[in-house]
Amino acid sequence: MSNIIDDIRETARQLLADGKVDVVIGYEKGSLPLKATPCFVRSPQDITKLIWDETCENNLAAYVKKTPGKKAIIAKGCDSRALVVLLQENQLVREDLYIIGVSCQGVIDKKKVEAVTGEIISASITDGKISAQGMNGDKEFTFDELKDATCQTCRYPNPIIEDIHIGGTVDAAQQAVAFEDVIEMENKSIQERQVYFREQMSKCIRCYACRNACPMCYCQECFVDSNAPKWLTGGVDPAENLMFQAGRALHLAGRCVDCGACSRACPQNVDIRALGRKLAKDCLEMYQHESGINVDVKPALNEYSTEDPEAFLVKE
Amino acid sequence: MKISKEKFGQSFDALAADYQMIAPVNDSGAVNFKAAKSFSDVKLDYLNSKLPPKSLLFPQHETLLSYKKEGKDVIVKNELNVGKTIFFGIRPCDAKSMLLLDKVFKNDMFTDPYYYERRNNTTIIGVACNKIAPNCFCSSLGLSPASSEGSDIFLVDLGDSYQIEAVTEKGKDLLAKIQGLEELSSADQAVVDTVKSAKTASEVDVAVITSKLDSMFNHSYWDSLGEKCLGCNACTFSCPTCHCFDISEEYRKNEGSRVRTWDSCMAPLFTLHGSGHNPRNNQNARWRQRLMHKFNYFVHNNGDMACVGCGRCIKSCPVNLDIRQAIDGVNKAELVVE
Repeated sequence: MSNIIDDIRETARQLLADGKVDVVIGYEKGSLPLKATPCFVRSPQDITKLIWDETCENNLAAYVKKTPGKKAIIAKGCDSRALVVLLQENQLVREDLYIIGVSCQGVIDKKKVEAVTGEIISASITDGKISAQGMNGDKEFTFDELKDATCQTCRYPNPIIEDIHIGGTVDAAQQAVAFEDVIEMENKSIQERQVYFREQMSKCIRCYACRNACPMCYCQECFVDSNAPKWLTGGVDPAENLMFQAGRALHLAGRCVDCGACSRACPQNVDIRALGRKLAKDCLEMYQHESGINVDVKPALNEYSTEDPEAFLVKE
Repeated sequence: MKISKEKFGQSFDALAADYQMIAPVNDSGAVNFKAAKSFSDVKLDYLNSKLPPKSLLFPQHETLLSYKKEGKDVIVKNELNVGKTIFFGIRPCDAKSMLLLDKVFKNDMFTDPYYYERRNNTTIIGVACNKIAPNCFCSSLGLSPASSEGSDIFLVDLGDSYQIEAVTEKGKDLLAKIQGLEELSSADQAVVDTVKSAKTASEVDVAVITSKLDSMFNHSYWDSLGEKCLGCNACTFSCPTCHCFDISEEYRKNEGSRVRTWDSCMAPLFTLHGSGHNPRNNQNARWRQRLMHKFNYFVHNNGDMACVGCGRCIKSCPVNLDIRQAIDGVNKAELVVE
């Protein structure tokens, strides 16, 4: 990917030097092995900080709304889908945004490394092989072994909207809609699902890393923070946690772009995507709607139509 | 003195009759401090718990009192039933964190009954870290992977046995109930010496941070921290020393309760006034609060830094905002003389 990063840096340098943008939102090397960290480049001299590799896991679209001024953003397929939804919902001014599109092969799930090596001491990526030295031993992995669960079912590795495209594209034609994980969950009994979600929710500490990492969670006041009405207590029992996670999932129905930023942000390894994936499947089946793939189409549940077949719709 | 793990386990199981035993156990794929019925449930080869043990003394969500209206009367209940408890397997960083929390929940006017009822009933058995994780930096904060500060009894893992020493009077009383102590051999002593001389590989320089922060309240440095921060509570909730809380009423019709819930300086709701005004109205100001509280205010108020170098905040941050780099940034920040 080395030539890609050269092109990203040159694009960023030009945009800043020409004064077309005030800031370029990208990634730089993080302090932990196999971890990139978001960065904000404001001067052409600083463009060498920018990196591009399989560790660039954060969805940078989460920063666009709150970063003032004209900005460029480095966008993978999923980041661009999030930008599409934000544009559909009138949250962004398109003219203030310059999208540097980069096709994405997927990002690394560090937790898969740690499951084998223990806490990672150091790691390197060369020629698609990831070698990690950990507290419990060393191991070399192929990229496919470490690919994040989200990326394994990704159908849009290429940016949906962009102002410039860097590097080649990823052939996504073979990626059919795959909801095996959702179907497996649907086939479980209610009791089995209750047991599963109870265990997942018991891990949640309500740190809201999932919500805050999500580009679609931009409410000025989240329902969990409201005290009039008070939807939730600050309690951290599984029932309250599920109320938060289910409330959030419903609010994201037809809007979630399945970037997986929530799951990767979760310090407690809660299976947050399970709820969002089910809603993505329902939206596709009921409304033939996939989020963030067309700026001109409104999200499924944001659309009002008198042709709605539902009985609750009052007609003259 | 030393004790074989087998004998120690027998004492652990015997003590479980009189004490609630809290120990590192497998917890949905992670290791956390929870109730352990028997020593066989205890996870012995852990680095440290995923979450700090602070919630055992200072729960994330705790009912302080409950009330109910009956006719013209209001019945108020504030029961606190705490039994004798042993925390086994506390690492030196977390043992120290409890000494810091002690200072928060007691001053010359008040003693927090909820915290201290638990604290006074708790005896801490600390265990030295034979393995040091890459993001631990306790050695930079006046501790070490084998520091016994904050433990009542302190153990060093010798393989099949532990070196065992009482650190406090409370520890001496408990040690008297542990059967099967024997003398430490010179070979054992050599292992103990190696463990006790170890230092963390990761370091931060906190030599001047407190005095430097005295004159950094209005500094452009804070702008560089807030921008990237998502404003979640992953760092503060996984911190063994963070202790800010909020008190609220949870009520229905004729009954309710007053609860204390962890607060977090990283969240926009932190210090939000009823008027809508917030003195810390952006993420830069909130980050300043976090570093100031840990490395300046707490030092002025309590004579110690409110960080023990456990590294949990570093691992839990979704955007890799690393407190070691944040400290380094303060060290490097240029002071502007006005």
